[in-house]
Amino acid sequence: MNTNHDLIRDLTRSTDALPGQLAGLHARLAAAAQRDGILDVAYRVIETPVGSLLVAATETGLVRVAYATENHDAVLQSLADRISPRILAAPARLDHVARELEEYFGGQRRRFDVPLDWRLSAGFRSTVLHHLPEIGYGQTASYAAVARLAGHPKAVRAVGSACATNPLPVIVPCHRVVRSDGGMGGYLGGAEAKSILLTLEAAA
Amino acid sequence: MTVKQPFETVVASHGAVVLRVCRAVLGPVDADDAWSETFLSAMKAYPELPADANLEAWLVTIAHRKAIDVLRAQGRRPIPAGDLPETTQASGAEHDDDLADALGRLPGRQKQAVAYHYLAGLPYADVAAILGGSADAARRAAADGIAALRRTYPGFAARKTAAGKAAARKEEVR
Repeated sequence: MNTNHDLIRDLTRSTDALPGQLAGLHARLAAAAQRDGILDVAYRVIETPVGSLLVAATETGLVRVAYATENHDAVLQSLADRISPRILAAPARLDHVARELEEYFGGQRRRFDVPLDWRLSAGFRSTVLHHLPEIGYGQTASYAAVARLAGHPKAVRAVGSACATNPLPVIVPCHRVVRSDGGMGGYLGGAEAKSILLTLEAAA
Repeated sequence: MTVKQPFETVVASHGAVVLRVCRAVLGPVDADDAWSETFLSAMKAYPELPADANLEAWLVTIAHRKAIDVLRAQGRRPIPAGDLPETTQASGAEHDDDLADALGRLPGRQKQAVAYHYLAGLPYADVAAILGGSADAARRAAADGIAALRRTYPGFAARKTAAGKAAARKEEVR
């Protein structure tokens, strides 16, 4: 019956969301979830000179920074699998880190003081990552030097893999780890991103 | 391994349909509250939901309960299991013959069956699971609802056409 089809089409149209209504409801949900303590992971995407960075935080602190090359959808799925599927785009919890990143990329910030949630790194990799902030802004250190800092001078390759799987790049400065021969070495955000960060820090 | 997608994806995929259902069952004023309560409640329970659950049916079921809560909170009569007389929400002889209003005036059960089947796309078995009763009863409620709307709707359509013709005549006079 065609009229039924028309009727249902019109019925659908008459119950359509108003412009902006769903966005408003989403924001209200994020605020209520935060209030009720069920927002296990909040995230937002920040545009920076090294591309779109996804930043995600638990109640404890910043838990993940991800480059676009890591595929943000895949990163969110992995956060759902490893932490909790109660994840929402909820910018408020990330205001602090967004402001610090903006200052950093503007050359006005040399260290980050946002609370960190380290739960995505474990074992020796975690030990390595905890030592990286000892490499000062504008400095670099070799993989071998970081292995010594971490107390395992021979674990040079393990330092490489710790950096390659750093869940908090930029904030935990694995970009300051370079090769002993002066080469820049690899970077999970790509060589261009590493170069941009090192140039930024060298200039400021 | 079963994968449970981030709740953000659930909201993005089903938010519009749930809002549509809330608007159909409660009207535009109360729909926002029902939507918010639905997704907050769903998010609380989400980690325990089996990964292969039908999300749409699950969300519409929650929305159905939240809509009843909203009506109760307002001290209105809760949506009963049985059919209501057709005049539950009519405010009098003078009503705007708009389709959304016509939907609002349907008996609760018919309105719900139309919303869950035609607007949310749930099969009658799922509609029956939400409303109670058999799939056939759900089908009948939806059919009765559509029939009632059609009784109103042709009038609505005819009036629109008449208004269009009147406007066209005005144009000609000019």
